[in-house]
Amino acid sequence: MVRVCFTANLQRHLDCSEATVSGATVRDALDAVFETQQQLKSYVLDDQNRLRQHMVIFIDGKTIVDRVHLSDAISPDSEIYVMQALSGG
Amino acid sequence: MSSALHIATRKGLFRLDRSANGWDISRHDFVGENTSMVLHDSRDGKTYAALNHGHFGVKLHRSTDGDENWEECAVPVYPEGATKGAGPFSTDGEPKPASLSEIWALEAGGADQPGRLWCGTIPGGLFRSDDCGSSWQLVESLWDLPERQGWFGGGKDDPGIHSICVHPENSQRVAIGISCGGVWVTDNDGASWTCKADGMYAEYTPPDQAKNPNIQDVHRLVQSPSRPETYWVQHHNGVFRTTDGASSWQEVTGIQPAKFGFAVAVHPRQPDTAWFVPGVKDECRVPVDGEFVVARTIDGGVTSEVLTNGLPGKQSFDIVYRHALDIDETGDVLAVGSTTGNLWISENGGDAWQAISNYLPPVYCVRFVKS
Repeated sequence: MVRVCFTANLQRHLDCSEATVSGATVRDALDAVFETQQQLKSYVLDDQNRLRQHMVIFIDGKTIVDRVHLSDAISPDSEIYVMQALSGG
Repeated sequence: MSSALHIATRKGLFRLDRSANGWDISRHDFVGENTSMVLHDSRDGKTYAALNHGHFGVKLHRSTDGDENWEECAVPVYPEGATKGAGPFSTDGEPKPASLSEIWALEAGGADQPGRLWCGTIPGGLFRSDDCGSSWQLVESLWDLPERQGWFGGGKDDPGIHSICVHPENSQRVAIGISCGGVWVTDNDGASWTCKADGMYAEYTPPDQAKNPNIQDVHRLVQSPSRPETYWVQHHNGVFRTTDGASSWQEVTGIQPAKFGFAVAVHPRQPDTAWFVPGVKDECRVPVDGEFVVARTIDGGVTSEVLTNGLPGKQSFDIVYRHALDIDETGDVLAVGSTTGNLWISENGGDAWQAISNYLPPVYCVRFVKS
């Protein structure tokens, strides 16, 4: 199962507990999380379903490439970290 | 007289209440969060606060109990595939996806439209809600206008709707102000729109485009509650006024000490009385001679007084944004908040001012809680 963690800064605004989901891509994994935490989606993705400009996602220590479609592949034992990028603020 | 005031700032939403001892800060909500707009809806007592998280996007919160508790409600969402147009400053000529970057205007609908809210956004969208912000619909009749492609950003990267004036006696008539897209008016509750900025001119365009109503940089549009055919505009290169419901605009040249500024407020019962906060000019956005003042006209802009009593003298460099000047329903009480974190209130129409705080975050919006 894929482990999905969110930046602790999001806890100021809403519950974003660590989640365990399944899927073949980042999009699959996030969609699975958002099914149970719907409000979280708008904090991570913009209204066109892209990764927000000042957010970044790591898969097993590497940043994703496809910030628009979130098509980067994950494996069953992947760890996904959804973080704030060091910009904006 | 209003006894409460909301102040939306770079670091949260403040509330001031007036007691026997004067005005004082009574609440600070959303501490540290960029708060771009606030609305108290006098029809039902609800308060709305628009937040602009640097990382997590634009959010709207609603309070139904006098600001004690807040709940997140919906924000406007552009339809899938919506684009904001290439604009004149596009680097590749291609339209970009429209994505909500700021709530710049929030107004209540008419008394006969319970639950109706209007929201102006960047990039250039107008949305309406009929359920107190629980859901929003894009006003497609405006969004689909081909003229929208001619709008461009003024002070922001993209065009934005910052002013929404609902006619006090006919809620079907709504006027909006756009930077940079002129003034647009609907007489049928948003079904169709007409650009009504004839008479304005733009010093910042090639001469053959100067009188194009669709590219006018209206900084702020306000409507006289007592004579709704009168609107005032603080424009990028001057002040304009209409007395015929925006069919024609006349430049007002009597505002001292400068014609540049962002904010304008109009008296609730005297349509020819208005207040402004002038700055040097576009290229040098500071008070004239470094002295922060408020200008007031009582004769429709033919002449103006420069109000200084209680305001700082030399070496002050405060600028007041579009929504950071407000007047209460009596016409006696004014509030003005600056980019330097100063807040002043006058209780005699601007004749004398009192500094309420010199240590606020940059102020984006001040609004009296009106009954």
